[in-house]
Order: sequence, then C-alpha cells, then structure tokens
Amino acid sequence: MKLIYTDSLVVGAGLAGLRVAIASKERGLDTVVLSLIPAKRSHSAAAQGGMQASLGNTIKGMGDDEDVHFQDTVKGSDWGCDQDVARMFAHCAPKAVRELTNWGVPWTRVTKGPRQVVVNAEKVTIEEAEEAHGLINARDFGGTKKWRTCYTADGTGHSLLYAVDNKAISLGIPVHERVEALSIIHDGKRCQGVVARCLITGELRAYIAKSTTIATGGYGRIYEVSTNAIICEGIGQALALETGVAKLGNMEAVQFHPTAIVPVGILTTEGCRGDGGLLRDKDGHRFMPDYEPEKKELASRDVVSRRMTEHMRKGKGVDSPYGPHLWLDITLLGRKHVETNLREVKEICENFLGIDPAKDWIPVRPTQHYSMGGIRTDKTGQNPQLKGLFSVGEAACWDMHGFNRLGGNSLAETVVGGMIIGKYVADFCQENSLEIDTGLAESFVEKLGSEIDELIDGDGTESPFALRKEMERVMMDYVGIFRNGPELEKAVTELQALLKRSRNIGLKCKKRHANPELVEALRVKRMLKVALTVACGAAARTESRGAHAREDFPQRNDKDWLNRTLASWPDEHALSPELSYEQLDVMKMELPPGYRGYGINNAIAHPDTEKREHEITEILSQLGDDADRHQRQHALMPFEVPESLMPKNERLCDTLDRPTPPVVGEESVGEQAL
Amino acid sequence: MSQGRTLTFNIFRYDPQVSGDKPKMVKYQIEETPGMSVFIALNLLREQQDSSLQFDFVCRAGICGSCAMVINGFPTLACRTLTSKYPQGEITLMPLPGFELIGDLSVNTGKFMRELAERLKLWLHPDQDDVDVHRLEAPMAPEEAARLYELERCVECGVCVSACATKQMRETFVGAVGMMKLARFELDSRDTRSVEDFYHVIGNQDGVFGCMTLLGCQDNCPKDLPHMQQIAYLRRKMAVALV
Repeated sequence: MKLIYTDSLVVGAGLAGLRVAIASKERGLDTVVLSLIPAKRSHSAAAQGGMQASLGNTIKGMGDDEDVHFQDTVKGSDWGCDQDVARMFAHCAPKAVRELTNWGVPWTRVTKGPRQVVVNAEKVTIEEAEEAHGLINARDFGGTKKWRTCYTADGTGHSLLYAVDNKAISLGIPVHERVEALSIIHDGKRCQGVVARCLITGELRAYIAKSTTIATGGYGRIYEVSTNAIICEGIGQALALETGVAKLGNMEAVQFHPTAIVPVGILTTEGCRGDGGLLRDKDGHRFMPDYEPEKKELASRDVVSRRMTEHMRKGKGVDSPYGPHLWLDITLLGRKHVETNLREVKEICENFLGIDPAKDWIPVRPTQHYSMGGIRTDKTGQNPQLKGLFSVGEAACWDMHGFNRLGGNSLAETVVGGMIIGKYVADFCQENSLEIDTGLAESFVEKLGSEIDELIDGDGTESPFALRKEMERVMMDYVGIFRNGPELEKAVTELQALLKRSRNIGLKCKKRHANPELVEALRVKRMLKVALTVACGAAARTESRGAHAREDFPQRNDKDWLNRTLASWPDEHALSPELSYEQLDVMKMELPPGYRGYGINNAIAHPDTEKREHEITEILSQLGDDADRHQRQHALMPFEVPESLMPKNERLCDTLDRPTPPVVGEESVGEQAL
Repeated sequence: MSQGRTLTFNIFRYDPQVSGDKPKMVKYQIEETPGMSVFIALNLLREQQDSSLQFDFVCRAGICGSCAMVINGFPTLACRTLTSKYPQGEITLMPLPGFELIGDLSVNTGKFMRELAERLKLWLHPDQDDVDVHRLEAPMAPEEAARLYELERCVECGVCVSACATKQMRETFVGAVGMMKLARFELDSRDTRSVEDFYHVIGNQDGVFGCMTLLGCQDNCPKDLPHMQQIAYLRRKMAVALV
C-alpha cells in the first residue's frame, strides 16, 4: 500500500480548493491537492459573468455595501441560508476581489465620463465619476439591488482560475493530476484522509492528512442536460455520504439557469441579460415584463426559469426537434459590445449553433446549472460529524445560498469561502496532530481494491453507461424545475431500482490501469446515491422555496419548513438515505423571513417572525440615531471571521475627500464599449 | 445540420502501458445526428462500441482546452468541431504530437504546462505581496486591463505547441504558449520584472529567437490569439533594451 502524508489535503483543484491550499501553504503547512484533471481545466474556468462584491465604484453601484449584499443574498436564498455565513461572505467579498488583483486578475475597470448602456431595452447614458476611473468595474446581475458583479469581459472564471493557479504554482503547491479520490478514511469520528486512484496507472494510494478538504464542485451531471462540465458528478458529496456518518445539506436545492443553448446545454452568461439582453417567445414577444413587471429578465434565476417554463407550457415556445425553446436577444447591445464584453457567448454561438448573436437570436431554455446542496459544514467549513473533514465551494452546504443562489455569488463563494475556510483549515492543522492508523487506511484501500476486483473479475451483467443514462433521464423528467409528489415518488422508486442494478455491474474492458469503463462504473454507483438524496429530499419537502418548486405545495411554508434537510447513508446496503432536519432560528436572524419580491406573497409565516421583528425594532431604537450601520448590524447579529479579515472595507465614497492615486499604465482615455 | 449519414472515424489506438501493444488506426462507423460534435461521437463510440477508448473532455464547450487533438490533419478542439464540417463523412483522429501520450487520444498537456510555468515563472511578480486588501484597490487604466485580458485568453490546450515545427525539432523550445504568457506579464504594469529579466528566460534559441515564423501557432489557435504579434513584440523589446 502506498501511503502519502501531508498536513492539508485538498481534493479538487478549482478555485475553492486552490484557495484553501494557498491558505495552508502560506501558513507553512505541507499541502497536497488532488485533481481529476489539470487545475486550469477545472469547471471554475467556465464561469463567465463575474463575482459579486460590494465595491461600489460605479455610478450604478454607489451606496452599495455589505448590508445590501447581505440582504440580496438572504432574499435570493428565499430565507433558506445561514445568515451568519451570508454576513461573513458579504464582509469578505471585497477583500477577495482586491486580493485577486494582487495575484494578477485584470478586472475590467471603470472609465470616467459618460457611457451608453442598455437598461430595460432602452439605451441610456450614465456618467462615471472622475474619481472612479481605473477602479474595478461592476455589471448588473439578477436579484441584486446594485450593480455589483465584478468581471473580466465574459471570461471571469478563466481569469480568476489562472491567477489563483499561478499563485499556487508560485508557492510550489503540488497538484496530483489525474487522480480520483474514491473513499474517505475515517473511524466514525475523525477523518484521516482519502483513498485515491491514479487514472493513468490505476494505482491505489492512501493520502493521510491532518485536514481533508473536499472541493469537488457540484453534482449537476446526475441530470441529463446540464451546463456543468462533465466532471461535475457529485463524487465529493458521495464520498461524504459513503462514510455513513457525515451529512449532506439541502441536496434537493438544485438550480436551473434560464439561458443555456439548445440542444447541448452550454451556458450563455447571465451577463447577457445583465447587460440588457431580452427574452422573447415564438412571436418575438418580450414576455418577462408580463410576469415580473418590476425585475423582468433580471428577476432571480429560479423565478426566470420557472416563468420561461410556464410560458412554454402555454404553447409560446419555439418548436424544435429537441422540444420547445425560447429566444435570448442580445442584438440590441450592438456588435461592438457582443464582440468585446460577450465574446465567449459569441464563440459558443458560432461554434455550436452556427449563428451570429450580434445579428441572430439565441435559442435557449432553462437547464440544470448549480447545486446549492452539498457536504454540510459549520461556519468554519468543517463537517460537524467528522472532525478534520472540511468542504468548500459548490461541493459544500456552508450555507450562504439556501434554496437559490444569486448569479455572481458562486464564483465569489469559491474564493471568499476559500479565503475564510482556508484560514480555519490552517488553524485546524496547527492545533491538531496527524492521526495515523495504517491498519485503518489499509482496510479502506482493500475495500476499494475488492470493489474494483468485483467489477473486473465478477460476473455482473449491467452496463455502467446504460445505468447512468437512465439515472439522468429520471432526474430530468421527475426532479426538474417543477416538482410534484407522484413524480418524485416515481423518481425514488426508479432510482432505487437502478441502485440495486448498479450492484451487478460487469465490465467489458478488463484493464486495471487507464480504463474509462471502470471509471464510469465506480462513479455511477456513487452518483446514484447522490441522486437519491436529491429525489428523497425533494419528495419529503412539501413546500416551495427558492429553486425547489412543488406544484402540489406552491407556498413557502416557514411554519413547518424553515429548516435545512440533512441526509446521511448509515447502512451501505440501504436503498435510500436517512433524512433529518436542522431548524433555522428566526430569533437569531438579522433579517427575519419576509416577502421576496416576486409574484404574490403567499408564504406561511413562522410564529417567531413577528416576535423577532419587534425585537429588532426595540434593539435599534435602544441604539439611538447616533449608531452607524456597523454598530446596528453588530447589535442585531454579531458575526466573526478570522481576525485578519475583520477590518472594515474601504470604499470610494469614504475616500472622496482625499486625493486619488495616479492611474498606472495610462496612455489614452478610450471609448469604453457600450 | 446534416443527418442520416454514416460517419467513418479512423482513430489512433495505442496503450503505452500494455507491453507489446503497437500503435494502429482503427475504423469505427456511427450514424450522424443533428448538431453532432466530435465530443458527442466519441462518447457514443465508447458507450456503444469500445469501452476502452481513451480521450479527454472537461467542459465540452470550448472553454477549458482539454480536448485538443489532430482532426483530419489539423490540431484543434474536438468539443466544438461539428461532424457536419466534413462533407465526405470521414474523420481521422490522432493525439496531439509533442506531449506525453497517456493512451489513444489522451495526452498529458497538464504536466507540460505546469513544468513550463515553473521553468518560465509564469505568474505575476508584484511589487509587494501583502497589499492591504481592506483598502481601496490601486487604479489601473481600463485600456491596460482590456489589453491584458486579450492576451490572457489562452486555455493551454497545446495546439500551438503541436502545430510548431521548431518545437517538434527542439524539445527545449518554449513555444507560443510560453511566450504569449510572458508577453502578458511583460505588459502588466503590476509585474516588476524588467526586459532583462525576460531576456534571461527567452532571449535565446529556446525563446523568441528560435521561432521560424511558420505561423502554425497563430493559424491553429482556437482562441485566435495574436501569437506572432506578441513574439515580434517581445523580440523588439529585447533588441531595443539590449542595444
């Protein structure tokens, strides 16, 4: 058995994982990252639009701060999030953006003076302040009160991932590429590392570490059509589930993005609508104002996706061989804008659709996009059940997104979460010693070894590819945008049948090293368990909250369901997870549940809501008028982040009475693209 | 979108880990479907005809650069190559040359790129590492930011390396990808390295003076990056600085 020891082990080399690895390495800890692929190929690269941080540099962002970002995030989550975490996040987001600048990200910058933008299908001129010139720009995204999404053209994820990976390389952090973690080594209380398989040689290795951080992204690929990269298969969540101890949170919270291209499901960024793009139906009619007169195309993602589906169900979709779709129209932004700020979108349209989006409408429909659920962690990113097991980014349920994640908050979560949790991981490594039980490690390696033997030498007859296809179809048909009891029950039954069949997989390709069929077999068995946590959680939750929309229970029910679903799999032979619930405490909320701002307000109130509102009024009146917003916030819901991240964020509005530093690299003041 | 045709794929097959295995071309046939890309076709072949077939895809959307291979003689990204592009319906797939072969169409570009980054120190070298993240950021000219992003769009797919005759002849040549990245940092006002620093790294036959200007990098780059312009720019910069 090959054993590799380290202090901080990180599984997954996307932005979240790399950021944690950097935090560990900067503290002098020995750090190793495992990745299925080269780090720069991680799915983080696909984020086009940007990351939210309340810098408030632009005229449309003036007045933005942590409070507004926090409120948008909580409302976006449909009050399903952990408000402490949302506070920690909103507080640290500007710091993360500025840190990334130091690591090389060429954020799109503000140009002083007038510029034309498209707002609500009309060209308007806005004027940027002289003092803002050269500071980090922001664009508009759905569900936010201010223009808050920082970006580099429409390749933000690419820019960030390259900068962060370059930083990791400069620190000499090893990334073990083409290595797949397949089980967590633990004794029921403490996580000691993982067993991983080299995808080239087939070698099994035990990685033993003080802390193990799962940062493997989401589980979108349990669905047939997803905007996710094909490696987003939920294996990180499955690893936690298979410990039988660690719990997953809110797995039924799955987001659909309104505008993926038809048929292949590749994403066109929310920046298209943020920058002024419109949604149209088969008659060319702009239908979103009919449903959401206030926010229109820029309502929150779950809302836009549902409205689109409703509209298509009314027969207003465009017929195609792949079923109905709608149109995304960005032609009104003009060619120059499309070719600079939305170039990735243009390339995708050209290569996959053969159309020119500066001239033609783009065929789109809602498609699986984001996993709000994941490995349940506390505020420090640690799993409450297994000491030493951390999780961060989309893999985790930390939980700042609740039941719906706002655009621009996921890319932000990777680096902000990584920044905060990275420090807690480093603290943990410094406070704890390595626990090594080679016998235990060996037993986990042997278990995986026999699973592989069974697949290769056994007499199983099922095809992993066929099982996977059926699972994807079940999830798409019965656990999609709109859900109902009978369909969810059907999903659970069918997935259970597939899980049983997956115990009888047999392989045609008998190689023990690089063998794609073996890789698929090992994954599909695990993915089915993840799919079942989603379907069972959705079947049990008899209300509608955020992205979880039950046709048979259309109300958000704070009275009975203001809680987080937890799922674990204590009996490995069982066919479904065990569900339990963790209550959200209204009396500790800074922002008690209220109206989210879409459609009719039909929530069933929580009995504590009114009580908490009174209490808040009282606390604020006691503070008096002299208290600033930080004092008021602290009085309502004090929160903590690691000390080095505690200082307040400076903003342009705080500095306007001081001379601004000269702009570096200034040559000429050019026209900024529309 | 064409449909109803039968496509013929000629695919390079070789497993370097199986002793005695010899490289060979294997023919597969598959029904074309509307909008079919090489990504879709290869997955169907693996699911239905040969589960041992090795190839790499990650984003399948032209964003990550993992699926570069040689298609009918040209290195390019397989995910965004539509089969309808080939009127004869014959498609030959070979792995990218110039990289360690893992098996069939899969090559280890990641290992190559990491080694290149370590060798050329391809990261930002700022003035001070611990800029106060709580304070307002330093301004940067919007034009400079836009120019940096233009050069930063490289996805490390390896196409430029495999399309470069100099690289095929000289193992140590850094290739267009290395020079594009250095040009990106050279242009960055936040980077403290001088032209002399860059000269030590690429002011030789392994760098800017080894390029024979055959344009393979630029002609095939899936991101349409201005490789030749940047190589010429670096050459000029160095020549001027060293006069």
